[in-house]
Amino acid sequence: MQFLFRYANPAMFMRLSGAVLPYVAAATVIALTAGLIMGFQVPPDYQQGMTVLIMFIHVPAATVAMSAYGAIAVCSLLSLVWRHPLSDTAARAAAPLGAMFTALGLITGSLWGKPMWGTYWVWDARLTSFLLLLFLYLGYMALWSAIEDETKAARAAAVLALVGAVNIPIIKFSVDWWNTLHQGESIMSGNLAPVFLWPLLTMMAGYMLLFVTLWLIRIQTAIVERRARSLMQGPA
Amino acid sequence: MMFDPMFDLGPYSNFIWPAYAVSAVALGGMTAWTLWAWRRAKRRLLALEKGAPESKS
Repeated sequence: MQFLFRYANPAMFMRLSGAVLPYVAAATVIALTAGLIMGFQVPPDYQQGMTVLIMFIHVPAATVAMSAYGAIAVCSLLSLVWRHPLSDTAARAAAPLGAMFTALGLITGSLWGKPMWGTYWVWDARLTSFLLLLFLYLGYMALWSAIEDETKAARAAAVLALVGAVNIPIIKFSVDWWNTLHQGESIMSGNLAPVFLWPLLTMMAGYMLLFVTLWLIRIQTAIVERRARSLMQGPA
Repeated sequence: MMFDPMFDLGPYSNFIWPAYAVSAVALGGMTAWTLWAWRRAKRRLLALEKGAPESKS
């Protein structure tokens, strides 16, 4: 725990993130480019045809959406229990990114669902719990904006994030716990042919790296804005 | 044969291309917005540190 406090004070964070950002950004561009090139060379799937291409953007978006919420929940726990100085800033900075990836997961999923299932939307457990994730993100951001006192806002938002975290395992295991139209786990189960698996994993890496890149920049922005605010207010 | 599927996505291209277009716009837009906010915050801080009037851009 000492480690987290030593390396995550704002000044140290700015130094460390500034050093790694160019590499993470470069890795993002490489992974996304490679993923797109690999993806557009796959043969049609025997069941899905070329709609398998939508999987290469839908699955990564959904994975990052859930991971981002997990990151917010961890930061919220650090904030509530250990009063970590950067955790509220980090959690707040991740929320719009997570909301965007969730919306992308829903949109690309429905664009895949129409040709494959014959409908854009069904109220099955996976889709409904994933829609709930979007509402959690929106509620989290609204709560931050609604409370003027930043300390109180951070505390309320952290509690909401931790309560909402129960939805993450529900999304993940919904396809096992209930009868859903959404297909079950295919990556870990080994059911995916390597020709589809590698483009998918590469795109997942690209999406995850993009999230990390944007998250680091957003945290840096929040730190700079806070410094500017304190300069405007002058010495206490 | 390389990249052939890119131009012939079969009967479902009306779903595939919009999915990629929406993703490109959302990811590109979020990246642009994030960079714009970062530059604006940095400019504002620099202006304050120099004691100059606050940048309005």
